[in-house]
Amino acid sequence: MTSAAHADPHGGHHDGHPPAANRSSRVDARLLGIYFFIASEVMLFGSFFTAYFFARVVVHKGHWPPEPFELPVYLALLNTIILVTSSFSMHWALQSIKRNNRSGLVAGLVLTFGLGLTFLLIQATEYTRLGFAPSDTAFGSTFYGLTGLHGAHVFIGLNLLLYALVRAARGHYGPAPHDHLGVELPGIYWHFVDVMWIVVYTTVYVL
Amino acid sequence: MKNPFRTEAEAFQFVIVMGLLFGAVALAGVLGDRWVALGVFLALGLGIALGMYMKTEPKVREPAVWDRHRAAPGERKKILVVANETVAGRALRGEIVHRTKEADADVLVVCPALNSPLRYWASDEDGARANAQERLERSLAALAEEGVEARGEVGDADPLQAMEDALRTFGADEIIISTHPPGRSNWLEKEVIAHARERFDLPITHVVVDLEQERAEA
Repeated sequence: MTSAAHADPHGGHHDGHPPAANRSSRVDARLLGIYFFIASEVMLFGSFFTAYFFARVVVHKGHWPPEPFELPVYLALLNTIILVTSSFSMHWALQSIKRNNRSGLVAGLVLTFGLGLTFLLIQATEYTRLGFAPSDTAFGSTFYGLTGLHGAHVFIGLNLLLYALVRAARGHYGPAPHDHLGVELPGIYWHFVDVMWIVVYTTVYVL
Repeated sequence: MKNPFRTEAEAFQFVIVMGLLFGAVALAGVLGDRWVALGVFLALGLGIALGMYMKTEPKVREPAVWDRHRAAPGERKKILVVANETVAGRALRGEIVHRTKEADADVLVVCPALNSPLRYWASDEDGARANAQERLERSLAALAEEGVEARGEVGDADPLQAMEDALRTFGADEIIISTHPPGRSNWLEKEVIAHARERFDLPITHVVVDLEQERAEA
């Protein structure tokens, strides 16, 4: 991107419009925003994982989870399958709009939203039947901290999906890249949330 | 390393890769113990990270659209000059004056808006562009004193991109690239001259400007 040397060096404008912002020619500002957001999220989850591993490895040292706590591994596995499936439906939604298939986009978003909501409802049910609270030892605190943090992210993701879904139902979005950025960005976020759950499930429930 | 969240499709692939990685880790943890799981995680994780690091994108060559603009024989020659801080250097000015005395020529001086990587990624280019503009205006004024009428533009921070942008509207017959001497030149370290010769099918002249020596002699 170049600008003529005789242009107003102070970025002045003569036609009543504000001057175009100077920006890098490679990264879209909205995409850059989601990168920074995900980077901050990685750090946030990193701090929760640090607390979890500190309690598990440094403080506790014995069998994990400590007696008498038990975790519903298979229920959480079902939830994992649901969430990973939602990544497939999200990808399908975006591929549909890239091919100008609006019904595919709406169906993919509805399916993703439904699967995400199911995940949250199962997690809420799990919380009510676990038999321990966040205040029950460091195990309870770190367990609810990590899974609750992830659940909050799923909730945010559901809001983004709902917004995209309403727009899709109103006929917004198109096959051109700049016309479906409103689906692409929630999609990136949703996949990030899925990746984080895979890590949480493996470390907290399985190992 | 390639950002796995650059697009939705890449993020989706990353979900699958992470699913397979942590599936293997979980399986190792169930069949063996936690140390086996850690070993599997480290081995596979390192392999995936290395694979992502090594994965290079195929180079996409832009069509040589500037060929359409190139001057026909007998027309005024067009010279594209690309320079960073050396844009006001005596050696570069001397070369431009020499070329324009040989034959009538239109000269376009492009001064890339050099920026720090952080500011570049944050699209904070205002300061860099203002500095480049100032250098460019000094250089154009110095050329005008020598009787050379040249136009100027502030270009992209990447010199190759700046050249390509300029060539799309200015069908140059040759390019002059000015750099600091070897050892002090960031562009030479990045092999800008070699890459430019690879990318552009035009005669390219490399002018070395030693600003420190010029200041000492002044």
